[in-house]
Amino acid sequence: MDLPVTLDHGDLVDPPDAAPVVPTLEARRVGAWFGDHQILEDIDLAMAPNTVTAIIGPSGCGKSTFLRVLNRMHELVPGASLAGEVLLDGTDVYGRGIRPSSTRLHIGMVFQKPNPFPTMSIRENVLSGLKLAGIRRPDHDGLVEQCLTRAGLWNEVKDRLGRPGGALSGGQQQRLCIARSLAVEPRVLLMDEPCSALDPSSTRRIEETIRELGTEVTIVIVTHNMHQAARISDVTAFFLGDQDRPGTIVECGPTTELFSTPNDPRTEDYIQGRFG
Amino acid sequence: MVSALADAPVAPSPERRDLHDTPTVGDRVFRTVVTGAAWSVLVVLGLIGTFLSLQAWPALHDAGRHFFTVFEWDPDGTGRFGIAAVLAGTVTIALLALVLALPVSLGTALFINEYAPKRLYGALTMLIDLLAAIPSLIFGMWGLTYLQPHLEGTSRWLSDHVGFVPIFSTNRPVFGSSMFVCGLVVALMIVPIITSVTREVLSQAPRATCEAALALGGSRWGMIRRVLLPYGRSGIVGASMLGLGRALGETIAIALILSFNYRITAHVLEPGGGSIAGLIANSFPEAGDAGRHALVAAGLALFVLTLAVNTVARIVVRRSAPSRQVVL
Ligand SMILES: Nc1ncnc2c1ncn2[C@@H]1O[C@H](COP(=O)(O)OP(=O)(O)OP(=O)(O)O)[C@@H](O)[C@H]1O
Ligand SMILES: [Mg+2]
Repeated sequence: MDLPVTLDHGDLVDPPDAAPVVPTLEARRVGAWFGDHQILEDIDLAMAPNTVTAIIGPSGCGKSTFLRVLNRMHELVPGASLAGEVLLDGTDVYGRGIRPSSTRLHIGMVFQKPNPFPTMSIRENVLSGLKLAGIRRPDHDGLVEQCLTRAGLWNEVKDRLGRPGGALSGGQQQRLCIARSLAVEPRVLLMDEPCSALDPSSTRRIEETIRELGTEVTIVIVTHNMHQAARISDVTAFFLGDQDRPGTIVECGPTTELFSTPNDPRTEDYIQGRFG
Repeated sequence: MVSALADAPVAPSPERRDLHDTPTVGDRVFRTVVTGAAWSVLVVLGLIGTFLSLQAWPALHDAGRHFFTVFEWDPDGTGRFGIAAVLAGTVTIALLALVLALPVSLGTALFINEYAPKRLYGALTMLIDLLAAIPSLIFGMWGLTYLQPHLEGTSRWLSDHVGFVPIFSTNRPVFGSSMFVCGLVVALMIVPIITSVTREVLSQAPRATCEAALALGGSRWGMIRRVLLPYGRSGIVGASMLGLGRALGETIAIALILSFNYRITAHVLEPGGGSIAGLIANSFPEAGDAGRHALVAAGLALFVLTLAVNTVARIVVRRSAPSRQVVL
């Protein structure tokens, strides 16, 4: 675990003799509001290249909102506003002249609730990102197979790729959505509780994929499953907040340290299941 | 455990059971009421069809197949009459109206749903519904007195510059009182209803699905084209059919504007043409006995045409959107 990570103070802690690494994605002093209701306050978090960052925290503390701030989905909600910066490879994605669509193409997202395209077949769903972003790529068949395999869905659907994507079970739909977001080869992949609707074996397949992808893609995953966070992530950030207090990062560090020797008693309580 | 199961005598697996519902009294009353309402629609439709058929029978019997081939309308005098020309005119005007109205309606609906600022949203929605309620007579008068004179230039320009498209070519440089003007006025009349229904349908698209398209790096237009419009397709076809139904049956505006003649022409910019509904409105008051039967026969043809258009549209929608049934 020799990766540079951000502590809750926001300063980079490098291993003694390594050159400082520019984070792929970095949130700087991010705040978020829905109308007058502040959801997030002063969030600093840096995601180093090709690491898996887990975000944990009680329901309603703003984890999904944070992910949506990262790829500019937050602004689609009427009345939503934000503060701070989000840097992708050092460039502010909210900067002037930056198109949201190109940011979202680089920062893919798997939503908390599965949302396949009901009017498209399974195959079309996987390829939909290419069509939407106008990307040309040879060998669509190979890509479909590869993405569906990585999402752990290929064996179940390989004989019915022409069937509508909406006709799958909830867990299958979620894996289809994962395959869909892999097809455009994002630099960063945001996953909002991707396994909450999955059975243990699909979950294992997705976790393998996350580990596998972790060598090429920077991944941020929200999860309520502490074991999952411990298994797959390099860095864990613990968010805390509720209806009255905007969400902040209580503690952030290498996953092994955060789970074995948390600095903040609230982190320990949460991990032990004493609240949240 | 497994082997014990395998060795045990195999009991036949149980038969499938019938499923019963035991409704409450309230449920039963409600069910009766709504069933009655549904049937009454069918009964009215049946009564109209029967009435039309009975009243049209003498005329249809006299005219025989000439009813569909003759280009004249003189049932009380020479006794020669047929709907060939007015039927063609009806279809021409209605299609013209639909072609003009559909893009405008779709654009308006998309603007209101996807682009309009929140303040405008309510106002525009209300305005569209208000427009839909304006009587067609008003549209007709406005078309006759204002639009027609002002469209002469447009018609001439179309004829001069786009005349190579057959329907815009003209034999005589006389414009006005044409099917083109009628089509335009009818288009304006059906824009509100198509817009209103389309907007409603598109606003039902799940936000999460649209967000998925944007999150994949799609532009707003890409999302609309690849996700929203396919989602709303059957609803848009339905809205168009509603509009087409209105256009086919539109009477007053056409009766006011068009100078009837009984020829089939594709030259929509020239004066002349006709429509079944316009014909009935124009001729019914002065018609004799034979004339009335003939007009009812024309009405029956319009009735059948509308039913056919709607049925075909339903079939098209069902064929083309199998996935909708699963998801919605
Ligand atoms: N579209 C919205 N409009 C207004 N408030 C919202 C909206 N979406 C979320 N919120 C509020 O923002 C807060 C944070 O929500 P968020 O979805 O980010 O929580 P979360 O940490 O992802 O929770 P969970 O673990 O249950 O998914 C909640 O209090 C919620 O009520
Ligand atoms: Mg959430």
